[in-house]
Amino acid sequence: MELFLQQVLNGLTLGGVYSLVALGLTLVYGILHVPNFAHGAFYMAGAYSAFFLINKLGLNYWWGMLGAAVTVALISVLSERLVFHPLRKAPYLHHMIASIGILLFLEAGAQALWGADFHRMETPYTQLLTLGSLTLPAQRLLIIGAAFTLVVLLQLFLTRTITGATIVAMAQNREGAALVGIDATRVAMLTFAIAGALAGMAAVLYAPINLVYTSMGHLVITKAFVIIVLGGMGSVPGAIAGGLIIGFAEAFGAFYISTDYKDIIAFALLVLILSVRPQGLFARGAH
Amino acid sequence: MKRLTSTVGWTFLLLLALAFPFMAGNDYHLTVMSTAYIYAIATVGLNLITGYTGQFNLAHSGFMAVGAYTVGILTVDYGMSFWLAFALSGFVAAAIGVFVGLVSLRLKTHFFSIFTLCVGYIMFLLIEKWESLTHGTVGIVGIPAPEPIGPLDFSEPRAQYYLVLCFLVASLWIMHRIVRSLLGRTFMAIRNSDELAQALGIHLMRNKLLSFVLSVFFAGLAGGLYAGYVRFLGPGIAGVEHTFDMTMYMLVGGIGTLLGPLLGAIGVPWLTQYLQVLQEYRFVVFGPVLVLLVIFLPYGIVGTWMNRQRRKAAAARTPAPPAIAPSKEVHHA
Repeated sequence: MELFLQQVLNGLTLGGVYSLVALGLTLVYGILHVPNFAHGAFYMAGAYSAFFLINKLGLNYWWGMLGAAVTVALISVLSERLVFHPLRKAPYLHHMIASIGILLFLEAGAQALWGADFHRMETPYTQLLTLGSLTLPAQRLLIIGAAFTLVVLLQLFLTRTITGATIVAMAQNREGAALVGIDATRVAMLTFAIAGALAGMAAVLYAPINLVYTSMGHLVITKAFVIIVLGGMGSVPGAIAGGLIIGFAEAFGAFYISTDYKDIIAFALLVLILSVRPQGLFARGAH
Repeated sequence: MKRLTSTVGWTFLLLLALAFPFMAGNDYHLTVMSTAYIYAIATVGLNLITGYTGQFNLAHSGFMAVGAYTVGILTVDYGMSFWLAFALSGFVAAAIGVFVGLVSLRLKTHFFSIFTLCVGYIMFLLIEKWESLTHGTVGIVGIPAPEPIGPLDFSEPRAQYYLVLCFLVASLWIMHRIVRSLLGRTFMAIRNSDELAQALGIHLMRNKLLSFVLSVFFAGLAGGLYAGYVRFLGPGIAGVEHTFDMTMYMLVGGIGTLLGPLLGAIGVPWLTQYLQVLQEYRFVVFGPVLVLLVIFLPYGIVGTWMNRQRRKAAAARTPAPPAIAPSKEVHHA
């Protein structure tokens, strides 16, 4: 039973991080209508900027996270302005290749600045809490708490504020949004900023129990793609549900099947699902 | 006339390639060129499905790895001769391509790319984790060099270079035949529009699948050559960054042209060789280059040049009305 609960905890940890990354990806997809392969590099950039702020400048963990969120939001907005905006009328293939260009640039840039070594990010939350026979690492609880707080805040922002509503409107129908006077440029920049900040914060949450390295975004972003395909491209609740599904599948798969193959589980799930339902689990139909 | 110039151009390139070992300063240059040729074969394959048929396959390096590991495993663990294993490499990749294609090609546009990205990851992870078959992270060492054929011995670099060149020429010739045929036009029709192609009576799935399988066949073959040339394999060869490399070669030269991917696959590695600083951090430069290319030169070097030629030819065929002609001259001056 404890082992089962331990896996639930692991599933929630992974699911929380994946949801945050997938949320940003799905919001940007709504605006671009193209998968942003650079999103994984945004995640990586978040971890590195926090690592720099915490380990090199000696700031505390939360300032590191804030710094990472701001830095990545900036990188994200810059790439929208410099790359995706000029390409908005180009075929989808060009968007994808351009996003790969950004990904390669950021990864090589991080490697040039900080080298190819693995780094460990410090966290003040190293305690182990015990609850009955269950041991709960504080950082994991922090991840779960922070991830779900962010998800709820984002959901409130999107549904309760006018600015949030403009994002949703533009994701649903670009022309319609323009017709009712929504400033597409402003919304696109805002969306990229939010997506970047979420990816940055997810990285700072997860990095202390993992490591910081230049290709750390690869698996996370690929899984985020699986998640948003599962949840329906562009759907916010879908990204949250998809994140939890993949998080739990991985935690339980690692435990009951094999740790070696846990990373394959998400992809195998995608292959299986797309073979049966090419449009994704909760897709609102093709666009 | 146009046919003549293009034939002259290709012959010139071939002569240059044949003379290269006598001009190259050392074996290292031969190695760089041979590896570039091997990647050129794979890139030419990627260009068929992505450039001509319009489906961006992100698992291409995975299929190259399948071909390479086919040769590695069969020769090292089962003692098969290189040539027999090599002959199988393309077919094993193509056979897996049939299954992947059947599922993935039902998906359109970026869904196809995301799916193949995941397939590429599965291939990479399987190679890394399935130790009993692939030797895991240790990799496969001691892959034999291609056995001599009659008087031809492939143990020294120059002979290996010619062997690889031979396959590159054959690949280009076959690709030329494919894209100039009705089949090639079918692929291009699909690239331009699924619906239009369907309205023309083109069976979408069958043709996409054919394009995909042919494309990964080239990748498998290139992988087989790679195994025989480098003679060491690790899971890294399946990494998606190699697909990104090939995408860049394809785009620099000109996507959807025959010459473009070839020039990109040879030119870009040489550029990185000469700018030694770039070796490790090449993507700090090439990442933005890729972005600038898709924004400002989406047809690459060859594609842009060909479009200009075509426009010139069109202008020559239909003489411009006199009212516009003078202003045109001003532009030229």
